[in-house]
Amino acid sequence: MAASIFAAVPRAPPVAVFKLTADFREDGDSRKVNLGVGAYRTDEGQPWVLPVVKKVEQMIANDNSLNHEYLPILGLPEFRANASRIALGDDSPAIKENRIGSVQSLGGTGALRIGAEFLRRWYNGNNNTATPVYVSAPSWENHNSVFMDAGFKDIRTYHYWDAAKRGLDLQGLLNDMEHAPEFSVFILHACAHNPTGTDPTPEQWKQIAAVMKRRNLFPFFDSAYQGFASGSLDKDAWAVRYFVSEGFELFCAQSFSKNFGLYNERVGNLTVVGKDADNVQRVLSQMEKIVRTTWSNPPSQGARIVATTLSSPQLFDEWKSNVKTMADRVLLMRSELRSRLEALGTPGTWNHITEQIGMFSFTGLNPKQVEYMIKEKHIYLMASGRINMCGLTTKNLDYVAKSIHEAVTKIQ
Amino acid sequence: SSWWSHVEMGPPDPILGVTEAYKRDTNSKKMNLGVGAYRDDNGKPYVLNCVRKAEAMIASKKMDKEYLPIGGLADFTRASAELALGENSEVLKSGRYVTVQGISGTGSLRIGANFLQRFFKASRDVYLPKPSWGNHTPIFRDAGMQLQAYRYYDPKTCSLDFSGAMDDISKIPEKSIILLHACAHNPTGVDPRQEQWKEMAAMVKKRNLLVYFDMAYQGFASGDINRDAWAVRHFIEQGINIVLSQSFAKNMGLYGERAGAFTVICSDADEAKRVESQLKILIRPMYSNPPVNGARIASMILNTPDLRKEWLTEVKGMADRIISMRTQLVSNLKKEGSSHNWQHITDQIGMFCFTGLKPEQVERLIKEFSVYMTKDGRISVAGVTSGNVGYLAHAIHQVTK
Repeated sequence: MAASIFAAVPRAPPVAVFKLTADFREDGDSRKVNLGVGAYRTDEGQPWVLPVVKKVEQMIANDNSLNHEYLPILGLPEFRANASRIALGDDSPAIKENRIGSVQSLGGTGALRIGAEFLRRWYNGNNNTATPVYVSAPSWENHNSVFMDAGFKDIRTYHYWDAAKRGLDLQGLLNDMEHAPEFSVFILHACAHNPTGTDPTPEQWKQIAAVMKRRNLFPFFDSAYQGFASGSLDKDAWAVRYFVSEGFELFCAQSFSKNFGLYNERVGNLTVVGKDADNVQRVLSQMEKIVRTTWSNPPSQGARIVATTLSSPQLFDEWKSNVKTMADRVLLMRSELRSRLEALGTPGTWNHITEQIGMFSFTGLNPKQVEYMIKEKHIYLMASGRINMCGLTTKNLDYVAKSIHEAVTKIQ
Repeated sequence: SSWWSHVEMGPPDPILGVTEAYKRDTNSKKMNLGVGAYRDDNGKPYVLNCVRKAEAMIASKKMDKEYLPIGGLADFTRASAELALGENSEVLKSGRYVTVQGISGTGSLRIGANFLQRFFKASRDVYLPKPSWGNHTPIFRDAGMQLQAYRYYDPKTCSLDFSGAMDDISKIPEKSIILLHACAHNPTGVDPRQEQWKEMAAMVKKRNLLVYFDMAYQGFASGDINRDAWAVRHFIEQGINIVLSQSFAKNMGLYGERAGAFTVICSDADEAKRVESQLKILIRPMYSNPPVNGARIASMILNTPDLRKEWLTEVKGMADRIISMRTQLVSNLKKEGSSHNWQHITDQIGMFCFTGLKPEQVERLIKEFSVYMTKDGRISVAGVTSGNVGYLAHAIHQVTK
C-alpha cells in the first residue's frame, strides 16, 4: 500500500484549558481543586442546570406540536429578535429604527466566526485579508484562531492588562488605538474581560469610543457574560449600548453558554447594528451564504429554550433571578478569598480579587507559582495565573487561600 | 455613510424560492415537491417513535449541560463509525480511524474540506459528479479548494452515464480528490449498481485518488443500512482509505438538531491520533465544540438494542413509503395514458427524483397545476402522498403528452 497521504500530519498540541481539566480528572488527590475551565459550579462544586431551563425543557418535551424540522439558515426568528433585544435594550434606538440584524450561531465562538468571515470578505474593501485585527493582551486565546482561520493575515495585540498595577492599561490601550491603521478591527470584551476580569469604567469606555470614532476603527464586541458579570443585564450591556448610542456600526457576538448555563447546546447570536435597514439586509444576505457553507442552519434545542424564556415575562424574571444567583455566588467567593488572603498577610495587594468582575480573576501568580499550585497543592489553574472563581466553594476556600499564600511566599 | 454600502445583496436561494412561492399559492391542490425533508402519507413532518423514546430516556437521566469535547460525544462518534463501516470492520478493530462529531452533513463536509485544504498538499482539486448537491461547490470553495467535475447523470436516459463517468475518472490527475455520493445521489436519485461500484473502486485506486464519501441517506435509500453502506465498505475493503461525511438529518429525522460525523481512515492508530488532534484545531475556531442534543438522541438510539431495532424498522418504513410513491407515480402515469418511458422514476432511489422534465414543462406544472419543484425537474418524492400522487401523474401527463 502506498504511504499514507496523512503520514506527515504532525500531532497538534492539546488546547491548554482542556488539558488542564483532563489532568485534574486524573489526579487522585482528595484535596484537588479545578480552577481552570470557565463553567459555573455550585457551592457543592457541581454543574448547575438553571431551574428555569429545566422548566422550559419540560414544556418543550410536553409540546407534541413541536418537531425537529430545519430552522431557517439565520436561525429561529423568535430567538434572534429576543437575543438582540437583550443585548441592545428594549428601548434601543437601533431596534426602533429597524437597523439591526441577528444571526443565530453555535455559541459565542460561532458568532465570532461568522462575523470574522463576513468582515474578511466585505469590510474595508473586498476580501481585504490585510486589515489589521486587534485582540487585547491578554485575551481569550481562541480569538486569535477565529480571525486567523477566517483569513485575516495581520492580527495584533493592543495593550490591556497592566501586570504591575494589576489593572487596565488605559493609556497603552488608547495609544494603540491612536496609532492603529484606520479601519482596523478591534475585539472588545463587552464585560467581564476574559481572562483578566478587568473592565473599563463607563468613563474609560467613553474615551475608548471617542478615539475609535475619530480613527474609524471597527468595534467587534464579544459578549459572553451578560448578566453573569454584575448580576444586571443592563449594567453588563452598558458599553455595547453606549457605542450604539454614539452612532457606531458594530458587531456583537453573544453567548448564552454561561448566563443560561446552556454550554453544550451551542446557543449564540451575532447582533449586527448598521446605519439603516437596507445596509443590514444586504449584510444578512451575505452572512446567510457564509452560514450555509459552515453549518447550513443552526441547532434548534438551545434556541427554543432561550426564545421561550425571553418571550415570557414570568420566565424572563425567573431567568434573571437564576442569573443573579450565579453572579452573587461569584461575588461572595471573591470577597471571601480576598479577606482570607489579607488575614493571612499574603504578600502583595489583593483588592484586585474583588475589583475584578465575572468568572475569572487574574491572580498575579507567575508560572512558577502556578506550577507549585498544580504539582504540590493539586490546585489546577491556567499558566497565566487565571482562576475560575466558580471553582471556589465554602469548603475549599481555606485550602486555596493557604495554598496561594504558600506559593507566593515560597516561590519567586 | 455605512461600512456596508458596497455589500451586494446575496442571490436568493433557489430551493427556498420554491417553498416561498408554494406558500403564497392559494390552490387547494398545491404540492410542494421542493422540500428536502421526509413527509408522511399525510404530508406532515414525521418524528420517529424511537426518537421520542430516546428523548424521554434522556430527559429522565437529568444530565448536565457541560461542554462536549471538541470532537463531540464519544458514544455517538463511535456508533456512527460502526454504523457506516459495519461492526466487524477491521478498521474499527485496529483503531486506525478518527470520527469527530460534525454539524450534520454540511458541518461534517466542511470540517473535511478544511482539513484537506490544510493537510492534503498534493492537490486543491475536488471532483464532483455532474450534477451534485448544490451546496457541495460553495462548501469546498469557501474551504479554499477548487472544483472540477466528472460525468455522472445522462439526461437522455435519466440514468447513470457509466462509461462517461469511467472515462472522466480515468483521466483525473493522480492524487486529486473525488467526491462520491454513497447512496441516494442528490439530486438525481441515480446510484451505481454494485458491479459498477466495483469498477469505480478499481479505477480510483489505479488513479491514486483520495476518496471523499458523502453519506447523507444511509438506511433511507433502500431501507437497509448495510445495503446503503455497501459502496463505502467495499472501497475500504479494497484498501482505499476514504474520508467520510455522515448525516442523521434524514435517516433519523433529526434535521434541526444537526447530528453528523466526519471520519478519516488512516494507516494506523497513531496517525489517527495525530489527525484527530488537527481536526480539533480546525473545529475550535469554528464553533468550539458541537451541540449535544441530536448526538445524544442518535447515540441513545444506536446504542440501545430495542431502540436500534425500532429505528431500523422506522427507517425502512420511510424508505418503503418513498419507493411505493415512485411505483404509484409510474402506474398512475400509465393510467393517464402516457406513452413515455418513466422507468427511471422507479430505477432511481432515495428522496429525490430527476424526472427528466424540461424547464418549460416545470414552469407549466407550477403555473397551471400549482405543483412546485426546482427548474432542473427534480422532485422530492417525500412530498408525494397516496392522496396526491394521482393529481401529480395527471399534471405531469398534461405537460408531457
